Amino acid sequence: MSGRARSVALIVGAVVVVGLAALFASARAGRTESLADRAHEIAAGLRCPVCLNLSVADSPSRLAGEMRSEIATRLRAGESPERIRAFFIDRYGEWILLEPPRRGLNWIPWAVPVVALAAGVAIWIAVIRRPETGLQEPG
Amino acid sequence: MSTDAPSTTEEVAETEGTGAEPGRRRSRTRTIAIVLAPLVLFALLLASGLGKDPRALPSELIGKPAPGFSLPRLDTDGTISSKDLAGQVVVVNFWASWCLPCRQEHDDLRAAWDRYRERGVVVLGVLFEDTPEGAMSFRQELGGDWPIADDPGSKTAIAYGVFGVPETFVIAPDGTVAAKTTGAVTYDWLTDEIEAALRKGNVE
Amino acid sequence: MPALVGTISLALALALALYGATAAIVGVRTGRPRVLESARTAAYSLLALVVVANLAMLAALLANDFSLTYVSLNSSRATPTFFKVLALWSADEGSLLLWNLVLAGYLAAVAFRFRRSRPETFPWALAVMFGVSAFYLLLVLGPTTPFATLATAPADGRGPLPLLQNHPLMAAHPPMLYLGFIGFTVPFAFAIAALITGRVSDAWMRITRRWTIAAWIFLTIGLTLGALWSYSVLGWGGYWAWDPVENVALLPWLMGTAFLHSVMVQERRGMLKIWNLSLIVGTFALTVLGTFLTRGSILASVHTFAESIVGPLYLVFLTIVLLGGFGLIAWRRESLLGEATFDTPLSRESVFLGNNVLLLVLTFTVLVGTIYPLLAEAVTNRKVSVGSPFFNRNTAPVALLLLFLMGIGPLLPWRAASLSAVLRRLQVPLWVAAAVAALLAIAGAGAAAVVVFGLAAFVAAATISEMVRGVRAQRRAHGVSVGAATRAAVSRNHRLYGGLVVHLGLIVAVVGVSWAALSDRSSEVSAARGEIVHAQGYDLRFDGLSARDEPQRRVLVANLTVLDPESGDVVVRLHPSLNLYPASSEPIGTPSIRIGTPFNGMVDLYASLVTVENGSRATFRFFVNPGIGLLWVGGLVMALGGVVAAWPGRPKAAGVPGTEPTSERREEVHV
Repeated sequence: MSGRARSVALIVGAVVVVGLAALFASARAGRTESLADRAHEIAAGLRCPVCLNLSVADSPSRLAGEMRSEIATRLRAGESPERIRAFFIDRYGEWILLEPPRRGLNWIPWAVPVVALAAGVAIWIAVIRRPETGLQEPG
Repeated sequence: MSTDAPSTTEEVAETEGTGAEPGRRRSRTRTIAIVLAPLVLFALLLASGLGKDPRALPSELIGKPAPGFSLPRLDTDGTISSKDLAGQVVVVNFWASWCLPCRQEHDDLRAAWDRYRERGVVVLGVLFEDTPEGAMSFRQELGGDWPIADDPGSKTAIAYGVFGVPETFVIAPDGTVAAKTTGAVTYDWLTDEIEAALRKGNVE
Repeated sequence: MPALVGTISLALALALALYGATAAIVGVRTGRPRVLESARTAAYSLLALVVVANLAMLAALLANDFSLTYVSLNSSRATPTFFKVLALWSADEGSLLLWNLVLAGYLAAVAFRFRRSRPETFPWALAVMFGVSAFYLLLVLGPTTPFATLATAPADGRGPLPLLQNHPLMAAHPPMLYLGFIGFTVPFAFAIAALITGRVSDAWMRITRRWTIAAWIFLTIGLTLGALWSYSVLGWGGYWAWDPVENVALLPWLMGTAFLHSVMVQERRGMLKIWNLSLIVGTFALTVLGTFLTRGSILASVHTFAESIVGPLYLVFLTIVLLGGFGLIAWRRESLLGEATFDTPLSRESVFLGNNVLLLVLTFTVLVGTIYPLLAEAVTNRKVSVGSPFFNRNTAPVALLLLFLMGIGPLLPWRAASLSAVLRRLQVPLWVAAAVAALLAIAGAGAAAVVVFGLAAFVAAATISEMVRGVRAQRRAHGVSVGAATRAAVSRNHRLYGGLVVHLGLIVAVVGVSWAALSDRSSEVSAARGEIVHAQGYDLRFDGLSARDEPQRRVLVANLTVLDPESGDVVVRLHPSLNLYPASSEPIGTPSIRIGTPFNGMVDLYASLVTVENGSRATFRFFVNPGIGLLWVGGLVMALGGVVAAWPGRPKAAGVPGTEPTSERREEVHV
């Protein structure tokens, strides 16, 4: 069985290399966030009111540009991201957030993907193991 | 090649399928019911979406103090601020010269302005994402003499949660937002809301 | 006149659709082949009538016949001829005409294809297709008919929506999508026919296999073109916004892809029959849902063409499809139980099942995210949004898992695999992945890049190794050149090699997507004429504006020169523009793109003009987008792979399901 053992060793080795590379890469990345980055992060979570379904960060519209500068101004003045988000929610409603806050009914979109994946794995296991009863096909 | 070769499985399945005993018929019905129930619910959910305008957002500001502003006038020199207008009913109309419904509502606004200007009501047009030249040529073409102002940086529009034009807010004499509508206003809506705001002001 | 011609042809077509459905059913149940024949002929006549209706609308558009409401709203005298033709499908009502045309085309094609060989399922399938046609004809004749007329014709029309006449890509995107969506009607019809007649073994799948692949190919092209349009026309620098309309086009593609894989399991092992029937009913239902959501004005999105009241009609039809399809499956449940089992998790069938499960998880996630705002509003009466952050975060991990399965699937044979054989095949791809990962880490890439590109390298290497294996087997068996061996290998198994090419295309696209996503570099800069600003590693010089007047719009072009900061050489001159249309709204921007090629590092330089002040100062958005070009190449390769997969090959042994074709068995031996 040394052939199989060797294969296993080689494969494990390859996976280890990949894992180490990833660790190495993540350890090296330690960026401090500039104001522009933080503003971009907030803007990316807000929905542009004017052009449908784009974030304030992405939207080419003029209003989005003005909202971006509003965000930057407030960050410079020392406001926290939550305060800035609340500012927009107070005026536009929760609709302005690109993801619904995790409250009440809004747990559904958060939970569904995880539940779906878990259910999917369970289904896969169940179907793999199930002995299918039925009439045998000749041949 | 593409003909169906009937196989023994299918033939047996067909005869078996038709002659179900009552027990199997009941479980088949239950299977069908279980499968179909979520589909029916889904259809009902989709149906609930019909008849709802996807773009009509209720305003967050109704009942809350109207955001203050101080804006440069377009029709004359100087600025107009919310402080100047305190104690009056203010109809804040966000508009732009490139906006088609703004043309449609212009006459309704003018009619309301003419009717109520002596009764402590101010119509204020706030320009949205437009140039002063565009605004003035719109004015020249369609008329109207209520105050209009520019909104540099759209700060007022953002403060009022505007996401398109036209949008119109009615502010009561106590400074709270009494009503809001998106899209072209009608004379009837304006008179209804202005009257209600005036009544509120009189009661206090 | 065109309105009259159009309406009458459509009404006659509707009558024919109803007749055809009835005749097909009557003909087969009472055993009268002449009645069935008449149904077939009805299909040809239906196509002719729908063509006439489309030509009538085209004539009205070209002749500036503004007495038709549709023409007055979507065209104008100033509109160039090319865009007048496009106006046929650029708005809601007109696109319904195109939809009916494509559907009638498929119906006639099915009638023609099976004119001599008549499977038992054919009459019922024809009836189902007639029924679907009848629904869409009813829609186009109904409240939002494109042939509505105005009492007094205006002198000129409003013209198309500016966004829709900015770019010739509009030409190909909807027809490709429609050819894809509507193509799934064919396997659906035959599946329903199989359920009704009880002929539920593989025949219905085998008959419609090429039709399904063709629909998939068109849908892939349509989606790629949509992304290309979003990128090169909309000017926001991205290509996919998880907009509800984009999502509903993606859903049938996801489920259709799952279906294409799991039918292979049924063909070889006789398993997953209920699964496959449910998948095709679901895929077809998703195409109906897609058109419902984009026209019923339920969800606000980029594609809101018009408010229309056809929503309830769609809803009824969708309900009939779902209840009918799943009801029939439940009814036939006993005859659908499979004949075999999964031998082990380590087999191609199990991986295909895993592929299906993951694709369905993706479908479900995207569907829930798209529909959730509706649910929330129905229950709480407040609006919420579900946008890109949600979708990106929830689809990325599943997509990566799918990629992994895509890599190992072709490495595993059908039925059981010996562990040693699998391990041996895994080695080279895994070490390629390790090498790529190590190189990237050393070069300073982030952890996400290392993992994603390592995985992509693994899948690419695994896929290529499978192709090489087959070619080598041919060479060893017949001692021919590489070219001849490749041709022989492919012609023995179009499906396998086509599939492998599709996988390669997908990997290329994934690399492009990930590369672009991982290096998010954009800036908004403002410059006066002649001024140089620094952004994203380049020097940008605003060289002024020029204006150009076209019949239907005024174009303001900004000249932006991109310079290499060190040498001062001109890298490229970009010309983003703002288009001002008289009839409506704000100016629409057109971006200017320097396309990335392998010679410039696959990096797109992308500029869009945001605003202009006083003619001497302008604000731009400047993007450095690496890898975007790979997305288009990948889409093209996927489509080509589909063509290879569908290519007619040697006739397989006449249909006893459950046996493997001899060519495959031979390949399996050469491990």
